[in-house]
Amino acid sequence: MKRAALVVLLLAALAFPAVFTLPFPRHVMIMIFLYGSLAVAWNILAGYCGQISLGHAVFFGIGAYTSTLLVARAGVSPWLGMLAGAVLAVIVSQAVGFPVFRLRGHYFAIATIAVGEIVQTLFINWDWAGGARGVFVPIRRPDSFVNFQFNESKAVYYYIALGLLLLGLAVTRRLEGSRPGYYFRAIREDQEAAASLGVHVAREKLRAMALSAALTALGGTFYAQYLLFIDPEAVFPLSLSILICLVSVLGGVGTLWGPVVGAAVLVPLSEYTRVWLGGTGKALDLVIYGALIVLVAVAQPSGLVGLARRLGRRSPPGQ
Amino acid sequence: MSLLTVSGLTKRFGGVIANRDVSFAVASGELVGVIGPNGAGKSTLFDLVTGFQRADAGRVTLDGADVTRLRPDEIARRGVARTFQKLRPFSDMTVLENVMVGAFLRTADVAAAREAAHHALTSVGLADRVDAHARGLSTGQRKRLELARALATRPRLLLLDEVTGGVDQATIPGLVRLVRELHAGGLALVVIEHNMRVIMELAQRIVALQLGEVIADAPPSEIVRNPRVIDAYLGQAWRP
Amino acid sequence: MGLVYALIAAGLSLIFGLMELVNFAHGEFLMVAMYVTFFAWSLAHLDPVVALPLAALALAGLGWAVYHGIIRWVLGGPMLAQVFATFGLAVLLRAGAQFVWGVDFRVVKDPWLAGRVSLGGVFVGLPQLAASALALAAFVALWWFLARTETGLALMATAQDRQAAALMGIDTQRMFALGWAIGSACVGVAGGLLAMFYYVFPEVGGVFALIAYVTVALGGFGNVPATLLAGVLVGLVEVFAGLLISPAMKYAVVFLLYLAVVLWRPLGLFGRF
Repeated sequence: MKRAALVVLLLAALAFPAVFTLPFPRHVMIMIFLYGSLAVAWNILAGYCGQISLGHAVFFGIGAYTSTLLVARAGVSPWLGMLAGAVLAVIVSQAVGFPVFRLRGHYFAIATIAVGEIVQTLFINWDWAGGARGVFVPIRRPDSFVNFQFNESKAVYYYIALGLLLLGLAVTRRLEGSRPGYYFRAIREDQEAAASLGVHVAREKLRAMALSAALTALGGTFYAQYLLFIDPEAVFPLSLSILICLVSVLGGVGTLWGPVVGAAVLVPLSEYTRVWLGGTGKALDLVIYGALIVLVAVAQPSGLVGLARRLGRRSPPGQ
Repeated sequence: MSLLTVSGLTKRFGGVIANRDVSFAVASGELVGVIGPNGAGKSTLFDLVTGFQRADAGRVTLDGADVTRLRPDEIARRGVARTFQKLRPFSDMTVLENVMVGAFLRTADVAAAREAAHHALTSVGLADRVDAHARGLSTGQRKRLELARALATRPRLLLLDEVTGGVDQATIPGLVRLVRELHAGGLALVVIEHNMRVIMELAQRIVALQLGEVIADAPPSEIVRNPRVIDAYLGQAWRP
Repeated sequence: MGLVYALIAAGLSLIFGLMELVNFAHGEFLMVAMYVTFFAWSLAHLDPVVALPLAALALAGLGWAVYHGIIRWVLGGPMLAQVFATFGLAVLLRAGAQFVWGVDFRVVKDPWLAGRVSLGGVFVGLPQLAASALALAAFVALWWFLARTETGLALMATAQDRQAAALMGIDTQRMFALGWAIGSACVGVAGGLLAMFYYVFPEVGGVFALIAYVTVALGGFGNVPATLLAGVLVGLVEVFAGLLISPAMKYAVVFLLYLAVVLWRPLGLFGRF
């Protein structure tokens, strides 16, 4: 039953570009997939392992910058750049995580903010990487898969973004059913108790961080190839880090589908309010956005998935 | 050779000395009780042995190998499991999942871990609650859960911090029987216990602590006659 | 500058010490205080120095309202809910300011205190100097209130152990609300002082808030006197990093300092273990 619903959902997602041929709905879907995949990645570290990072934009930016600089300065295919970005993000995540994981709770969260700000400042002042002005991905015509550029139709981007999201979900699914997944959740619940049962807490946290960073970096490369321009303001800001976890929190942290649900609700909301209400410089869309966040936090801290579960439990089992 | 040897362990917190020159040994298959008034340093002693705290001086050896500076997970891997005085279940996980975390120490395979967890839960009498969330259990059930979790790591030595603390009278005999069964199965245990009747019944030997120091180390029958122990502790609580 | 940082951070620290909750909207509170000061000047022709009590009072009211409207409801919830309640508030306030007042940079023209004075050969702007002095005064007043008055002591008792305080007959709900009011009033004063020599715009809170988090974490959450020292330290580091390395990097250096310190002492310089 549940499996059938998933298959229908997947088929609908696959058929979407054939039905909706206008750019805007496709753009909204691409953004849902992108933010969904970022939130899924964040959820591995924060939702399952309980380490609330507010600096994930660092990995996103590393993914975006690595592939973009490689293609702009050395002509390397963005696909290789994507891989290189993921590897680099993992290396950075381990270098940062090793010391920072000694901190807990708010101290950890604020340290990740500090790391994010430092990295953003470094990139703003790094002239070779474009500094504050940013870098363009050189336009290549005609479209080709090798160049990771599809200027004629958003459909290809659509399927790549969908692929990223499915990859993230597959990783999470696999994690849920394996030893590291159990260890991550044990650490989230009580890291001393976990250690007493033989869990190497520091190593497991680094493992969660590596997975999370790599998946986030993939999204960064995708973003750069989709918009063909990046600057530090766009890929490193604190607001992006927060948005990533917000999507996850709205949907429900520590659940497989929570981040996807969150993205499916929040992204269209913010895209459409921006189109309807934004552009006037009045930021009414952000007012609504802010109010919504407060509302979610106050009314339903376990997210939409938690809400659905509670409703499901209340109703009698459907036999 | 004894399984666990503690020699000269000392731990200070600021100006307070929690453990001073504590030494004792536990043989394979032995059941040793640890008693002492509140603040005598019993839980700190467990923390030192299991690597949760760093000793300022002294050594802990397991089968002759020095484990003083190892991390908690390394000590668990070497076959020492423990429970906590303040219960620490993984609240948001099911009973089975809680115990599987322990079982994963000996296998990476999920099915094998599930099997081992079922086995451990059956031995503590929680087999009917496997799918419940840990936070929904009673205190007595949580004690059993922590016990099962520790047992799932297949320890040679089990350190129990307060077997009967905080549970109602009716639950105590079951827990005591459980500990005795574990001991009968060949497991070595060190048990911190406030209930004197329970510890006198269970332990083969008792180590008494006061203000961080060992004041007696003898079989229960001698402990009840030791004047220092009576002074420090038994006098208030123990009426033979 | 360090003293103003310290004052901003003190408010944050007080709130954290009381209920272990980081107010991510703290920077936006500062922004609101600066707007209050600005409008007091532009509409009622009140100089920022005169408007200080007004800003403090307005922010105390805001803090009190926020506690009762939002914080009370997430206090028992998970840390994430708390983070997002205050973060959402930050977005709301910032966007609200933009919606109502626009994105323009505004500045208080011709305040009473202007110009520079020479202090042993070093020229210091008079507004900055006055701000430092007033920030210090506000800090002393805060310290006096906490350590010497009955209400202040009740507040500290609540911070130490809320259950014990409740048993002693202290109304912890009232104390929490009061803590928010006072913590916000600190920001109110700081905002009023900053408005004398800093542009006022909707996003002004961002930088100051980040510095405030670092300051608080540096001193150790909930430790108000340590916050003063940490604030001065951060101010000094910022100035010297700006002079010696490059102005663009000064905040990065401050953050780096924070990381170095917390790795060495995970609960801040003066944290209790």
